[in-house]
Amino acid sequence: MNKKHGICSKILIVVLIFVSLLIGCKSGGTKATKEEVTVNTPKDNTAVVEDIKQAEKIFNALPSPLESAMLIKSAGARFDASLLNPVGNGNSYVTNKSMALNLGIYTCDLSFASLYEQTQLIIDYMNAAKKMADGLGILKAVEQSQIDKLEENINNSEVIMEIVSETFMNSNSYLSDNGQPAIAAMVLVGGWFEGLYISTQLVDLKEFNGNKLVGRIIDQKLSIDILINLLESSKGNPAVDDLIVQVRRLKVVFDKISITTSKIRPEYDKTSNTTILKSEIKTDMTPEVFKELSTTVSEIRKTFVNN
Amino acid sequence: MRILRIISILAFLIAATTFSVDGQCKAFAKKVCIPELGVYTHDGNYHAAILVEGEEAELYKTFYSDMEYRVSVCGEDKLPEVEFRVLDANKNVLYSNKDANFAKTWDFKLQSSQQLKLVVKVNSFNKPGETPASGCVAIMFGFKIKK
Repeated sequence: MNKKHGICSKILIVVLIFVSLLIGCKSGGTKATKEEVTVNTPKDNTAVVEDIKQAEKIFNALPSPLESAMLIKSAGARFDASLLNPVGNGNSYVTNKSMALNLGIYTCDLSFASLYEQTQLIIDYMNAAKKMADGLGILKAVEQSQIDKLEENINNSEVIMEIVSETFMNSNSYLSDNGQPAIAAMVLVGGWFEGLYISTQLVDLKEFNGNKLVGRIIDQKLSIDILINLLESSKGNPAVDDLIVQVRRLKVVFDKISITTSKIRPEYDKTSNTTILKSEIKTDMTPEVFKELSTTVSEIRKTFVNN
Repeated sequence: MRILRIISILAFLIAATTFSVDGQCKAFAKKVCIPELGVYTHDGNYHAAILVEGEEAELYKTFYSDMEYRVSVCGEDKLPEVEFRVLDANKNVLYSNKDANFAKTWDFKLQSSQQLKLVVKVNSFNKPGETPASGCVAIMFGFKIKK
C-alpha cells in the first residue's frame, strides 16, 4: 500500500511540475503576470499593486501583411503576379519555421492579390495560407465557410478585406494565446519580408528620384528595430536565432539610409474629427544602397521560399 | 491506475483553464474592440493581454504617411477606465484619451512616417485590501482602404 502511495505521489509531483512548466512557458515575454499576482494575496496589497505597476507587457507591432500590401498599392505600384511565391511551393514546407514564414508570405500575397482584385489568385492564396495554418495546427484559422464566403463575394472588395483580416487575426491570436510567440513572430516576419521584397522588385531605377514606393521602402527602416525586438523576445529558439542573424544583416544596409524628422506637431481637424501629426522628414538613400538593399532582401526571402 | 487517470484529467483541466483565459481575450477583441474600428479596416494584427488594475502595457509601431488610422483600445467592463497615450520617439505626448473622457478610439494621420509608442494603463479602483481587478485589454488598429 505504501509503495503504491509512493508511486502515486511521485506521479502527482511530476504532473504538477509539468503543469507548472506549461503555465510558466505560456507567459512568454511578460515580466509579471496575473497568475503571479493572484496566487500570492498578502493582507496588505499595497506591495502587490507596486509590483504590478512595475510589470509591463510590450508589444512590438510590425505592419500586418494587409497593411504592407496597402502601402504598396497606395504608392501607386502595379500588380505583378510573377513576384508572388507560387502556391505550388506550399507542398515543400514541412518544418514549423518554413510553414510560419510562408503563412506570413502567402497572407501578404493574398492581401496584394485582394487589393488588386485578382479573383482567381485570391482563392488560390487563401487556400495556400490555409494549408500553412493547418500544418501549424492552428485551429479554425481559415474555415471552409470563410472560403465559401470569399467565393460568393469575390467581386466585393470590402468583404474580401474583412475575411483576409479575420483569417490573419485567427492565426496570430491562436499562436499568441497558445504560448507560441516564436511562431507568431515568424509569421509576421514572413509577411513583412514579402511586402519589402515585392516593393523593392517593383521599383524602376529609371524613376528612382521622387518615387513614392522608394519612400515606402525607406520607411521600413523605422520598423527594423521593432522587428529585432520582436524576434529577441523569443531568443534561444534556434529558428528565431537564425532569423535574427538574417535581420541583422539587413539592418546593416538599412543603417546606410539616413532619416531625420522634425518635431511632431499634433493638429486637430474638427471637420474630420481627426488629429493630423504634422512633421517634416528628410531621407537619403542612394541608388547603390537601394540595389544593395534589394539584393539582400531578395537573398533572405529566397531562403524562406526555397526552404 | 485510476489515481493516475484522475491526476491526468486534473492536470489537463488546469492547463486548459489557464490557456482559455487568454482565449477569451481573442473573443473580447473580436466582439468588442474590432467593431469600434467602424469604417476602418482592421489590419489583422492581434494585441491583447490580461492586465491588472494599475498595470501598463506598451506598444511600438511604425505609422505611415498618407494613411488614415484609427486605434481602438478597449478594456473589459470589470476593469476601471483604460487610459492610453501616444508618444513620439522623444517621449512627447501627442495624444492622451484622458483629455477626451477616456475615449476608446482615436483617429489620426501623419504628414510623414513615424515610429510611435502607445502606452496603455489600466487605472485603479483604489480600494485598499481588495484583490486588484484584472481583465482583457485589447489594442486594435484599422486603416482606410484606398481604392
